[in-house]
Amino acid sequence: MRTSYTQVFGFTALIVAIQILTMVTNSSYHLTQLTMTAYYSLLIIGLCMLIGYAGQISLGHAGFFCIGGYVTAFFTTHDLSSHKANPVIALLAKAGILIVRPDLYGGDLLTVHPWAACVVAMLTALGVAWFVGGPVLKLKGHYLAMATLGFGTIVYRIVLGTTFLGAADGISDVPPFRVLPGIEISGNASVRVINYYFAWGLVTAGVLLLLNLIHSRAGRALAAIHGAEDAADAMGIPTARYKLNTFVLSAVFAALAGVLLTHYNGGIGPSEASVMKSVRYVAIVAIGGMANLWGSLFMSLILNYLSLRGYFGTYDDAVFGCILILIMLFAPEGLIRRSILRDLRRLVSGGGVEETGS
Amino acid sequence: MSLLSVRDLSKRFGGLQAVENVSFIVPHGAIKALIGPNGAGKTTLFNLISGVLRPDSGSITFDGRIVQGLRPHQIAARGIARTFQHIRLFPKMTALENIMIGRYLHSRAGFISGMLNLPFTRREQKTVAAKSREMMEFLGITDLADAEATSLAYGQQRIVELGRALACEPKLLLLDEPAAGLNMRETVEMCALIGRIRGLGITVFLVEHDMSLVMNISDEVLVLSYGQKIADDKPLAIQKNTEVIKVYLGEDNAAN
Repeated sequence: MRTSYTQVFGFTALIVAIQILTMVTNSSYHLTQLTMTAYYSLLIIGLCMLIGYAGQISLGHAGFFCIGGYVTAFFTTHDLSSHKANPVIALLAKAGILIVRPDLYGGDLLTVHPWAACVVAMLTALGVAWFVGGPVLKLKGHYLAMATLGFGTIVYRIVLGTTFLGAADGISDVPPFRVLPGIEISGNASVRVINYYFAWGLVTAGVLLLLNLIHSRAGRALAAIHGAEDAADAMGIPTARYKLNTFVLSAVFAALAGVLLTHYNGGIGPSEASVMKSVRYVAIVAIGGMANLWGSLFMSLILNYLSLRGYFGTYDDAVFGCILILIMLFAPEGLIRRSILRDLRRLVSGGGVEETGS
Repeated sequence: MSLLSVRDLSKRFGGLQAVENVSFIVPHGAIKALIGPNGAGKTTLFNLISGVLRPDSGSITFDGRIVQGLRPHQIAARGIARTFQHIRLFPKMTALENIMIGRYLHSRAGFISGMLNLPFTRREQKTVAAKSREMMEFLGITDLADAEATSLAYGQQRIVELGRALACEPKLLLLDEPAAGLNMRETVEMCALIGRIRGLGITVFLVEHDMSLVMNISDEVLVLSYGQKIADDKPLAIQKNTEVIKVYLGEDNAAN
C-alpha cells in the first residue's frame, strides 16, 4: 500500500531530470509550457479522483477552473483607488487585504492582495460546486454528464458576455503572485525555474494528498460507492455526501489551478471556459486509466505539453475528441495500466478486446 | 420484548399492492424467517425495513424508535445490517477490504484527516483491519483475505457478504436468501453459521426458500402471500397450517 512513496520519488526524479535536460540542451523556454502543464495537471488529478474513484463524470470542470481564474483576475486588477474614501475600503487597505501597486503608466492602483483574491476565488468555487453539486449529483450516467455540460456552458456564456470580465478579450495585466518570500508566480523568464519547481511541487503534494485519501476510510467508501452503491448505502455510508465532497474537492483543485495559471500567464480569457477544455480534461483522465492517478498525471504531462507547444496545430481540439472516442472504443480502462501487455498480445493474436464496460 | 415492530405496513407499485397492512414483530435474540411464494412481497418488505423503499403507510419501530422514512445509511447506523438476494460485493477489492468497509460505522476518519494521513487515522486503519481479520477468523475464511472478492466461488462470496454485514456489528441482521445458490453441504454450514451469529446476540430476520433451513433454525416463521400476512407462528405450527399449505401446494392438498 505504501509503494506510493517510491512512486512519488520516481516522479520527482522525472521532474528534476526534465529540468536538467532543458538546462543542458539550452532550451529552458520549454519550462514555460511545462509549468502551465503542471497547473492543468492539478485540475486533472482532482478530476481523476471524481471520475475514477468516486465514479461521477463532470463535463464542467473548465467552469471551475475559470471561476478560480476570473475571480482572481478581477480582484487583482480592479482598481479601487476612486473608492479610497469608503470606510470599508479604507479598513481593508489598512488590514493589508488591499495593496497599492504601480500600473503600466506609472500611476497607482489599489487592488486586492493576490492571497486574499486566491482565498476568495477558491471559496467561490467551493460554494458554487456545493450549490450545483447537491442537486446535480442525484443524476447518474448520461444525465449527470449533460447537467455538468450545462453548467460548463453557463459559465462560458457568462464570462463571454460580461463586460467587467472583459467579454471576449478576457482580463489581462494580472499581477504576479508572491506566494512565499522568494517565490513569485509570474511568466517572467528570470523566475522560470523556480516557477517550474513550485508548480510541480504543488502537483506532487496534491498527488500525495489524494493517494492518502484513496487509501483511507473515505477512499474505501468512495470505491464502495463506485462498485455497488446500494451495498455501500447498506453499510451506513452516506453516499450522497461522499459524492458531493469529492465533487467539491475536485472543483477546489480546478479553481486553484485556475488561480495560479492566471497569475502565471498574467491573464485569462473565455476560451479557458469552453466546453472543449472540459472534454479535453475528461479525455486525459480516460486515457490515463480513470481510476489511475499516476496514469492520468503522466498523460496530462505529455498531452498538455504537446498541445501547449502547438504540436497538434489547428487540430488541437480534434485530437482530444479523437482520443476520447478511441479510448472508449478500444481501451475503456485507459492506456496506462498493468494489463496492457496482455491486451496487446491478445490484439496481435487476433482476438478482440474484451468488453469491460464501466 | 420486540426489537423490530412493524405495524400496518403497506406499499403499492402502480396497480400492484406489493405489501398490504402487514404487522408483525421480531423478538430480541430470535431467528425469524419470512417465507412465501415468488412475488409475495418478501424482498419489498426487506427493502421497506432497510430504507431502500419508503412505505405508503404504516410504521416500523426498531429498538424503540421509529425508523420508517430514514435513508438506508441512517437505518444502517441505527443497527440494521443486510445482505442481498443477488450478492453485492464491492468489485476490484479483496475479501478483507470488503469486510473493512463493513467497519465504516465504527470508524470516523473523514476526507481531511484521510488526505493528511494523520496519526489517528493510521491507528484507526490498523484497528479496522484487525477487527476485520477477526471477523474472517470467526467465519473460517482467513485464507481468502487477499483474494479478489468477486472472483471467489459463489458460496464463499455469500460468506464474505455475510461477514461484511456482521462487521457492522448490527443489532438486527437481515438476510435475503442466504442459502440461494448454495449446495447441500454449504446450506448445512450456513445453517450452523446463522445459529452461531445468534449466539453473538444478534437478532436475525431472513428470507429463504429452502424449507429445511427455515424449519431447522427459525424460532418463528412469517408467511406472506400476495402482499398479505397469512400466518405468523412457530415452525411446527406453520407446517400444519392449512392456509399455508394451500398457498404452497394448492387447495386439494390442504383438504387432506
